[in-house]
Amino acid sequence: MLQVQDLTTSYGPVKALDGVSFEAPRGKITAVLGANGAGKTTLLRTVSGLIRPARGAAYLEGADLTRTPAEAMPGLGLSHVPEGRGVITELTVEENLRLGGLARADRSRPADLERVYTLFPVLSDRRRALAHVLSGGERQMLVIGRALMATPKVLLLDEPSLGLAPRIVAQIFDLLRGLVESDGLTVVLVEQNARSALSIADFGVVLNLGRLIVHDDAATLAADEKLRHAYLGF
Amino acid sequence: MQQFLTTALTGLTLGMVYAAFALALVLIWRSTRIVNFAQAPMAMITTYVALVVIDAGYSYWIGFAVALVAGLVLGAVVERVVVRPVEGKSEINAVILTLGLFIVIHALAAVIFGSRYRSFPAPFGLRGFQVGDLNLAITGFGIFTIVAVLVVMALLVALFRLTDLGLMMRASAFNAEVARLLGVKVGRMLTLGWALAALVGSLAGLLIAGGSLVHPSYMDSVVVYGFVAAVLGGLDSPAGAVVGGLLLGVSLSFVSGYVGSELVALAALVILMLVLLLRPGGLFSHAAERRV
Ligand SMILES: Nc1ncnc2c1ncn2[C@@H]1O[C@H](COP(=O)(O)OP(=O)(O)OP(=O)(O)O)[C@@H](O)[C@H]1O
Ligand SMILES: [Mg+2]
Repeated sequence: MLQVQDLTTSYGPVKALDGVSFEAPRGKITAVLGANGAGKTTLLRTVSGLIRPARGAAYLEGADLTRTPAEAMPGLGLSHVPEGRGVITELTVEENLRLGGLARADRSRPADLERVYTLFPVLSDRRRALAHVLSGGERQMLVIGRALMATPKVLLLDEPSLGLAPRIVAQIFDLLRGLVESDGLTVVLVEQNARSALSIADFGVVLNLGRLIVHDDAATLAADEKLRHAYLGF
Repeated sequence: MQQFLTTALTGLTLGMVYAAFALALVLIWRSTRIVNFAQAPMAMITTYVALVVIDAGYSYWIGFAVALVAGLVLGAVVERVVVRPVEGKSEINAVILTLGLFIVIHALAAVIFGSRYRSFPAPFGLRGFQVGDLNLAITGFGIFTIVAVLVVMALLVALFRLTDLGLMMRASAFNAEVARLLGVKVGRMLTLGWALAALVGSLAGLLIAGGSLVHPSYMDSVVVYGFVAAVLGGLDSPAGAVVGGLLLGVSLSFVSGYVGSELVALAALVILMLVLLLRPGGLFSHAAERRV
């Protein structure tokens, strides 16, 4: 579904991503793991066109994403939920959601809004409130809901568990699993919380200092004690 | 009573113009963090455009409409040609460029239109109304000023609050990167924002010029008052800019009427300093809602 080929991204002389290749298959969750500074965020930002790679490309159904401006991504079926969540706090909850649906040719239909509200009833109670008042967990739900408004084929999530209580993380991960199963959504899940991520992912990719260390089944990675100690911290 | 009413009404009319000008500054500030010092000369040049059209024998209203459209175009061109190349660099670069533009437009206006005073027509009477034995200071043109600014503001509010385009413009202003990831063409929204701001600025220019004299620097003091009004309102808030403009207009009118007209500029400066000292986030700021 999403193919990353030899992707290399530099910030000046620093190579934050160095020849990374892997494929995230359709209807599966691929976890991207690694320590701070491993290049996970850089990978997502390069794939979604926010940064130009020095080398390599990323393809979604044949279209080269790295030669496409970021604002064209939702139209191609790719939604990227950035690190730090990216809730627009000055807009209301519903405005944030509506914004997510505008990229689609048919614009957002009321039915899509209702679907998101059904998935996240807490948001439904806060429709008219400024997103500013939401808690961390609610904000994460809002950005996932907003991404879903574009009815993406591929969802890139950058550390959705950051700063959230384990119970909320479990709730959000369960919901992701459900979406993958019901809609055939393809998810690339960047996480530092490797244990939780591998528990819902189908596949895992481990990065270290910009290089791909291993790409395998999530269960295999979770069982590899040496790998866990060396790179995954559990 | 007579003087009080006169002073208040004059202040209200003037405040509406400051509000419009402050709104133009705020629209640009909140989307690009740039104080557009060229706003005044941009409005000046579009007022001259109106004058050229009117002098060519067309009606005031054609001149008025052409000037507003010219403002729209000028704003878009300035964003594309002057501001866009330094986008992503430190905002100070763009601010310095708008200062440069200030000088360039002044010089151009002096060359093209000459620097002598020229009178600008008004579509409505400039005499006050008589109600009983009260001679109201509000003129036909004053009422037109208030209505015109209110209409433009209502249209802007409707655009921002009720339309998808307005939602995309607000999203671009608040968080450009997130807006891009959601498919918003942020560059176009910025251009449109500058265009609308320049249109509102042009409106202020036309309203100040009406029934009065124009010359290349007739708007320059307004940029100061507009800026004070915008700071009063918190710079980030269009509604705040409007309230700030009205407050400033009325306050300065009372200073002028009861204390002395030579103290108006000083009073504006004192108000600016007080606000910056006591409520740097503007009169209506809630600490928690300020952006970091
Ligand atoms: N804008 C930037 N300019 C320069 N260097 C950067 C920039 N962004 C990231 N880097 C560097 O690139 C490397 C990879 O950073 P990246 O943010 O992709 O890591 P990450 O895996 O997402 O880390 P974290 O888990 O902390 O979010 C790091 O060494 C970082 O310092
Ligand atoms: Mg990161």
